Amino acid sequence: MARIELKGLAHSYRAMPSAPTDYALRQMDMVWEDGGAYALLGPSGCGKTTLLNIISGLIRPSQGRVLFDGRDVTELAPQQRNIAQVFQFPVIYDTMTVFDNLAFPLRNRGVAEAEVTTRVHEVAEMLELTADLKRRASGLGADAKQKISLGRGLVRKDVAAILFDEPLTVIDPHLKWILRRKLKQIHQQFRLSLIYVTHDQIEALTFADQVVVMYDGQVVQLGTPQQLFETPAHTFVGYFIGSPGMNLMPCKLDGDVVVIDGLRLPLAPERAQRARAAGGQLQLGIRPEFLQCLAAPQADAIAAEIQAVEDLGNYKIVTARFAGNTVKAKLPEDAPATVGAAWLLLPRERMQLYADGRSVG
Amino acid sequence: MQKTENNKAWFLVLPVFVCVAFSALIPLMTVVNYSVQDILGPNQRVFVGTEWFLEVLQDEDLHDALIRQIEFSALILLIEIPLGIALALALPTQGWRTSLCLVLLALPLLIPWNVVGTIWQIFGRGDIGLGGYVVNALGVSYNYTAEPLDAWVTVVVMDIWHWTPLVVLLCYAGLRAIPDAYYQAARIDGASAWAVFRYIQLPKLRGVLLIAFLLRFMDSFMIYTEPFVLTGGGPGNSTTFLSQYLTTLAVGQFDVGPAAAFSIIYFLIILLLSFIFYTVIQNMGKGGAS
Amino acid sequence: MKKRSIALVVYFLFLLLPIYWMVNMGLKTNEEILGTFTLFPQHPTLANFRTIFTDPGWYSGYLNSIAYVSMNTVLSVLVALPAAYAFSRYAFVGDKHMFFWLLTNRMSPPAVFLLPFFELYSSIGLFDTHIAVALAHMLFNVPLAVWILEGFMSGVPKEIDETAYIDGYSFPRFFLRIFLPLIRSGIGVTAFFCFMFSWVELLLARTLTSVDAKPIAATMTRTVSAAGMDWGTLAAAGVITILPGALVIWFVRNYIAKGFALGRV
Repeated sequence: MARIELKGLAHSYRAMPSAPTDYALRQMDMVWEDGGAYALLGPSGCGKTTLLNIISGLIRPSQGRVLFDGRDVTELAPQQRNIAQVFQFPVIYDTMTVFDNLAFPLRNRGVAEAEVTTRVHEVAEMLELTADLKRRASGLGADAKQKISLGRGLVRKDVAAILFDEPLTVIDPHLKWILRRKLKQIHQQFRLSLIYVTHDQIEALTFADQVVVMYDGQVVQLGTPQQLFETPAHTFVGYFIGSPGMNLMPCKLDGDVVVIDGLRLPLAPERAQRARAAGGQLQLGIRPEFLQCLAAPQADAIAAEIQAVEDLGNYKIVTARFAGNTVKAKLPEDAPATVGAAWLLLPRERMQLYADGRSVG
Repeated sequence: MQKTENNKAWFLVLPVFVCVAFSALIPLMTVVNYSVQDILGPNQRVFVGTEWFLEVLQDEDLHDALIRQIEFSALILLIEIPLGIALALALPTQGWRTSLCLVLLALPLLIPWNVVGTIWQIFGRGDIGLGGYVVNALGVSYNYTAEPLDAWVTVVVMDIWHWTPLVVLLCYAGLRAIPDAYYQAARIDGASAWAVFRYIQLPKLRGVLLIAFLLRFMDSFMIYTEPFVLTGGGPGNSTTFLSQYLTTLAVGQFDVGPAAAFSIIYFLIILLLSFIFYTVIQNMGKGGAS
Repeated sequence: MKKRSIALVVYFLFLLLPIYWMVNMGLKTNEEILGTFTLFPQHPTLANFRTIFTDPGWYSGYLNSIAYVSMNTVLSVLVALPAAYAFSRYAFVGDKHMFFWLLTNRMSPPAVFLLPFFELYSSIGLFDTHIAVALAHMLFNVPLAVWILEGFMSGVPKEIDETAYIDGYSFPRFFLRIFLPLIRSGIGVTAFFCFMFSWVELLLARTLTSVDAKPIAATMTRTVSAAGMDWGTLAAAGVITILPGALVIWFVRNYIAKGFALGRV
């Protein structure tokens, strides 16, 4: 078990980085609590694999320190760091049996053969691989092979954290949830720190206790799935999480009122104050799930025109237009919605305000 | 890819078929023809059945050439394959050094084979060649034109010089195809360099090594120009291999009958080897590693 | 790491020394060669090279070689392209057997074909012509070309063909304007290997020619005169034969390195 801290960490793949764009990872400080299940979520190229490889020691960061339980491990090689890593496609030793695959990390460290056997059997049982122990690893399916990769990490008693780099990419969809459940079981049983890199938000939100969202080399938010959903700290988080993503509308500030193309929405004064202090381009965000659609006008309702209604079974996606912006609303299947004139309700407590992409609360 | 069933595709293949048939089938028919006939004069041909085959199979010189050929092929394989693997492992993987090494490696492969023979012919001489001169200066008596052992050594070294780059390039390509994740996982598992070689690199090179092995075996079995230019088959017969023996029979002595019979046998041996080659490659593609 | 570099340096020295030695000899006069043994030419001279460039007996050999190699490369690629397409896209009666048969021709011992080729080409009056050697070399270059091209073509998804037909392209137009550009690098690789194998093969080339189309190899084997072996000229001739190959590699060096980096064999 380990508490992983990243202090002043930054990384560039170039020898002489000059501009911020030369950095794959921009300066960051982070703490990964011991025993936590974290998802590292972000689009391709955002730096999540780089970050993972720095934690595991496969890459030496250009700047900053990595600490495990307060101990500086930045200079240490991967095999000295008590971590295990599972990669995007199954990495197994083709010529060995499943047993030998699982035993490999222990034998390399000179563990006594009797203990190797015990450990391997324990891990095999936990991963439901006992029946295959004598078989050649190369003959098994992708999901079994990934279990072996995972097993090689679990087999070491001293392992503190397991890092996953999009491990379910090559697994058949109907086997994915079995493996995900297995990972959750292992997490609950051993309380290891797990860091799971993915670009799939469903995977991230269902697997992790805390999600770290990355964009363009930076960590834009760390929080529970609920926090990410309800209070995104960055327009990117708003857009990336949720399907469809958050509606964003450019706006201006006039006193304590947000103005969108003539439409005036009052704000709480502290909020308006923060927005003024932040400066920059303002955007108003609201999630499609929180927009309400009314058949008849009410106080605070905004006149809009519904352009399309998609019926997707137990919910509907309504595309509407008001104040020069097109928004999407996600409504329950029995909500009244037809193409034509309608009224939308924007609950004030669900509105988010962003200045230059960052939330002003 | 799902292939469409369409016999009209034969039209596309026709040019190839015609060319290769012209170059292969007609000559082969000629050879078969010669192998079962005795030509006594311009229009006097007698069908002799398997007479030439029997004569050829009992030919002592042929047996000797065959044994020499097998020894030669075995020897160069034993050296070129491990050497090729070792060099491929040692080559740089990035930067200008990589380009430079690859260019240098390709050089011996693009030299006309008779020039390869000439290069070593010069290099190995004691009077005007750097190699021969240095070896003799070191106290070892070396003369490839007079001593069979020296001739053998020179021919083997020449073949190694000429063809190891092919093995190196094939192995290098195979190594580059191994995804980084394998090496990363091995580091995390605490594997030693030897373990990495034994459990990751060597298994993943299996396919490439097979290709290299079969190519070198077959090409060495057919070798002619280089040893012929270097030693002419001598001293005596000591470096006369199969192709040269056949060529002498056919073109030198004009013993058409035995030459044709031997050609068929020679061709059948290679055919068998090609069949094995083809089957193995096909199975690799299907069952395939990685 | 250091052991690795030393081993590589030793090997490359082994690789380059014999070539250097031939260059060295090409720059010496016969007197100097047969006189004292020196590592560098004491009086470097270009006389040997001049002989080759001015004596038709010599330079015609090069021209002949380049002629039939070029002919062969062009013909082999042209003939192989439609066939490779057929093997890649279609299944037809006897396709696997045909493919295997083609491969066996690549593996045929040239010595077997000496006599038959000699008679065949003589009988149709093509003896001692460039086209004869070009055709003869097609025996092993065409199978190789089909093999390589089929590999590259199989990498192009069939959907592209189908889209083109839907868009109204006729087969020839599709092939020339859409398909070929996609396998440009494959054609390059194929042409390279055809060039290489035809340039280096000399048994067949020598057998099928005598005067008019004699390749440089045959010329090089007759450098013995009354004064003894003409080492200097021989060495110079050898050096020049290495040049086309060296130039070709130099120009494609980036493709070679890139091809390996992408994991293509």
